[in-house]
Amino acid sequence: MMAFPPQARTWQRRGSRTQLMIWAAWLVGVALFVGCFQLISDKTIWAFVWDAPQQAGDLAVRMVPPDWLYIRTLGRPIWDTINIATIGTAGAVALAIPVAYCAARNTTPSVSVVRPIALFIIVSSRSINALIWALMLVTIIGPGVIAGIIAIAMRSIGFCAKLLYEAIEEIDTGQVDAVRATGASGAQVTAYGIVPQVLPAFAGISVFRWDINIRESTVLGLVGAGGIGLELNAAITQLYWTQVSLILLVIVGTVIVSEWVSAKIRHAII
Amino acid sequence: MTAASAVSSRRWKKPALIKSAWLRWALAICAVIYFVSVLQTTPVNWTRVWEGLPRGAAFLAAFFPPDFVSRWDEIAEGIAESLWMTVVSTVVGIALSIPIGVGAAKNIAPAPVYYFCRAVLAVSRSFQEIILAIFFVKLFGFGPFAGFVTLSFATIGFYGKLLAEDIEDMDGSQAEAVRASGASWLQWINYGVQPQVMPRMIGLGLYRFDINFRESAVIGIVGGGGIGATLNTAFDRYEFDSAAAIIIVIIAIVMLCEYGSGYLRRWVQ
Repeated sequence: MMAFPPQARTWQRRGSRTQLMIWAAWLVGVALFVGCFQLISDKTIWAFVWDAPQQAGDLAVRMVPPDWLYIRTLGRPIWDTINIATIGTAGAVALAIPVAYCAARNTTPSVSVVRPIALFIIVSSRSINALIWALMLVTIIGPGVIAGIIAIAMRSIGFCAKLLYEAIEEIDTGQVDAVRATGASGAQVTAYGIVPQVLPAFAGISVFRWDINIRESTVLGLVGAGGIGLELNAAITQLYWTQVSLILLVIVGTVIVSEWVSAKIRHAII
Repeated sequence: MTAASAVSSRRWKKPALIKSAWLRWALAICAVIYFVSVLQTTPVNWTRVWEGLPRGAAFLAAFFPPDFVSRWDEIAEGIAESLWMTVVSTVVGIALSIPIGVGAAKNIAPAPVYYFCRAVLAVSRSFQEIILAIFFVKLFGFGPFAGFVTLSFATIGFYGKLLAEDIEDMDGSQAEAVRASGASWLQWINYGVQPQVMPRMIGLGLYRFDINFRESAVIGIVGGGGIGATLNTAFDRYEFDSAAAIIIVIIAIVMLCEYGSGYLRRWVQ
């Protein structure tokens, strides 16, 4: 250290070893990125990509002005969409409670058997998109709102249960011990020691998921599961672009309103 | 204390989540009215559902056993395509969302830039990936390029918003201290702001990678390339055993991503 006169060294954020490792990581990352992009570009017809701006301009011209009168037929689909999201969320939350209870390390009846099953339910529900659920459910129970509701519910169980079980794992154990020390039974410990602690988180999670579900339920109609997606699909296949633009505006409006409602409620809770 | 002893015969009740009883009842009544109106207006063809149940059982039976073998080449190709799309779109999306996220942070961006960037984020977040994919497929033609653009655009909305919120929540005094040392604007961002938001942002980037992979599994349904296209084809051909295999592969990869990203996040923080 003393071999160098102190003024010859300038301050550096990292040692040379870490610097080298970071550089190597960047190298690998960039190589991976370039390689992947190359593979995509091999599968791309670049002529179509280059004329995209022209296509976009063409589409924009055809979409303006929106067909405002078409709004009269959209009331019903929007109502359906909101119902799919709301009822689906309610169902998912109801189903997520036992799953979360079984998945949380501190409440699960058995760490070696029940907990992995609950975690598997959570992961599979989260990895299958609502659209895939809807695709399957439409084949099973026929097209319509009910398929959409079940699809949304199946998809949301994992999300709600995951956040809820994390909330349960983070509770203050002192309160639980205090309730237990009064001689409370297992159910009473849950009701008085655990539930009050996770209730605000639980309400927040439900509202948050509802907001996401509004957005997801707008597309379920593309595979026949009801809501405004049906109208969107019909308008796109019939090339009624003025109707498409109105539907998109309605979707944006609904999403913004639902986001505002959910933010208000979450502020009120927390 | 006399008042307290007078009411001591009353049983203790759990405090409710919503304190005002009036609001509680109003919400409950609204909920009941809502449910009734939904039941009234939603035509559920219960006979169709009932008829569907045995069909559903047959359908589920058709999923088993999953058939990995006969369509394995298509599955492997689809998964590989999804993975490339995920990698490229996560990188591009995050790279583009950094300037937009910085611009959308109220405490460091001037008002016009702020409103412009917020508008970009709002547009990107309001549309589901699928709707974006429909349009990008129209513009760029079928295939992974449309999927890549879709996922990048969706990433901007997600990542940019969270980045902006994180910057807005940062500790102002640290940034102030860097600025007081005479740093230029870029140095200020690099040394005053970036270190504060970096750990969380790396975690969120990995999380977005997960999401992008999951989404890449469905944008194929509308022509955006990837495993979704393979899955849709399997459904269309009524090859439910192959579809089951694809879904299992998707679940396995998502689980792998989730564990991997959890591990990396702990290592980074």
